[in-house]
Amino acid sequence: MSDTAPQDPHIGPDDVRHVALLSRLEFNDGEVTRFTRELNDILAYVDQLQELNTEGVEPTSHAIKQVNVFRPDTPGISLTNDEALANAPDSESGCFKTPPIIQG
Amino acid sequence: MSVCDKSALEISEMLAAGQISSVEVTQAYLDRIATVDPGIHAYLHICPETALTQARQADERRAQGDGVTAVTGVPIALKDNICARGLRTTCASRMLENFRPPYDATVTARLRNAGAVILGKTNLDEFAMGSSTENSGFGPTLNPWDTERIPGGSSGGSGAAVAAALAPWALGSDTGGSIRQPAAHCGVVGLKPTYGRVSRYGLVAYGSSLDQIGPMTIDVKDAALLLNVIAGHDPMDSTSHDVPTPDFLEGIDGGVAGMRIGMPKEYFTEGMDPEVEQTVHAAIAALKNLGAEVHEISLPHTRYAIAAYYVSATAEASSNLARYDGVQYGEREPDCKNIIEMYTKTRARFGDEVKRRIMLGTYALSAGFYDAYYLKSLKVRTLIQKDFLNAFESVDLIAAPVTPTPAFRLGENTDDPLSMYLADVFTVSLNLAGYAGVSVPCGFSSNHLPIGLQLISPAFEEARLLRAAYAYEATAGFKGLRPVR
Repeated sequence: MSDTAPQDPHIGPDDVRHVALLSRLEFNDGEVTRFTRELNDILAYVDQLQELNTEGVEPTSHAIKQVNVFRPDTPGISLTNDEALANAPDSESGCFKTPPIIQG
Repeated sequence: MSVCDKSALEISEMLAAGQISSVEVTQAYLDRIATVDPGIHAYLHICPETALTQARQADERRAQGDGVTAVTGVPIALKDNICARGLRTTCASRMLENFRPPYDATVTARLRNAGAVILGKTNLDEFAMGSSTENSGFGPTLNPWDTERIPGGSSGGSGAAVAAALAPWALGSDTGGSIRQPAAHCGVVGLKPTYGRVSRYGLVAYGSSLDQIGPMTIDVKDAALLLNVIAGHDPMDSTSHDVPTPDFLEGIDGGVAGMRIGMPKEYFTEGMDPEVEQTVHAAIAALKNLGAEVHEISLPHTRYAIAAYYVSATAEASSNLARYDGVQYGEREPDCKNIIEMYTKTRARFGDEVKRRIMLGTYALSAGFYDAYYLKSLKVRTLIQKDFLNAFESVDLIAAPVTPTPAFRLGENTDDPLSMYLADVFTVSLNLAGYAGVSVPCGFSSNHLPIGLQLISPAFEEARLLRAAYAYEATAGFKGLRPVR
């Protein structure tokens, strides 16, 4: 359980580039500089959460609790292949089509 | 007086009495939109042909007396993050510029089944991320009360549409205040139902544990009527609750005598606009005059709500928005050599605020930071919810401001994302706690900008909430006021 206070500054340009890679986003150098500053401002503000002792406090992921919502497994009407593909940027033979995933 | 000045309930009564047809009402709104909306930009897309077809069908339905409901033939506007089969649903994002959903959101289907007429889709901050509509990928909406100011957000298009009589009523969605805040800034009623009261199926996800669809209307009775149509359990949304849906109009005039109303001291802080503070105090005094008991209460973790919200909401957003990869729907960058390049170049279509939230959320969920940020925010969420639970042991409702200031000027907060986030200080707690809240017009600033009173109820007590809002509205004298234009 690492409820430790994060460092200041929280993130540098290389961290921003790393998080951008994880997010599949791309920034030029000017954007990296700006996002580094803005994210540091926000993270510095968020740091006030560390003031609170949350030892033994259960996390809430949903406000109104529900557990194990089941329904009968009966087949129903769903989208046709044409409807499902209607918004696809590219398709072929009833499938979504993408650029190469594994380079040959 | 034009039909466009009427409330939805009044239009419903006129239709029922045969005083006007749905085609006439719909055409009146389409004409007004064509004249007035270019100066407001409440709508992203207007659907004249499908609206008039629906209106003709509604008129036939009424003529035959076949399955007529209170909303048969009544026009409505939908926030453009709510799916409507065949109608463009863009979320104000370049990413979804040409997306036409192959299915209806449950709320849309309920409205269609009841015979409502969809006028069009309203503007928002891209993917509902923002408090001003300035983050729309297609240009901001202007506040009908002062077009140099923002209408609030993210449901700013819906708020402005109702305020400017470009629709009798509209649906919005509220993740951190996105119904209540624009309602306050536009001088209309905005209701965020309890999480789980209304199905989220077909609402494009931003923060799934916080998002909730709700009515934006010209008065409280319209909000009750619209909630009647959209509320209810839906097997397509496993987070929608299987609880009975009462008739929210029934007993709405029951008054507030003996009702215990809590005034949280943390919501009347230094730094808030003095006119907002005075106006909200006066509104609470009016509730007292109507027979409510007013008690000062404490919600001690209020000051941590923004931080907890912006960590948990962005974490959910970063995951929800991973689906925009250019494969199944939405835009795709053409001519990419491989799939990684295609993902990355395609996602350049997101606006800056969406990218910022994806980055913040991804960081908060990433290895080494998950406990310090995301998990911590969920624990603080528990503390914030407990504040409300404790308060509701001694009061029936909570009364508070909606916003710390009236509507700000376009561009005033765009260079500083954090200052924009702080505008949500009085609204995000409610989403974290999951309870219901409503914004009701309660006065104007000296420069004629609307101010809202926020009332908050425990889970699934919307009937109580609407009863108090209606009692206040009936006495306050701000009902149905619209800017002249």
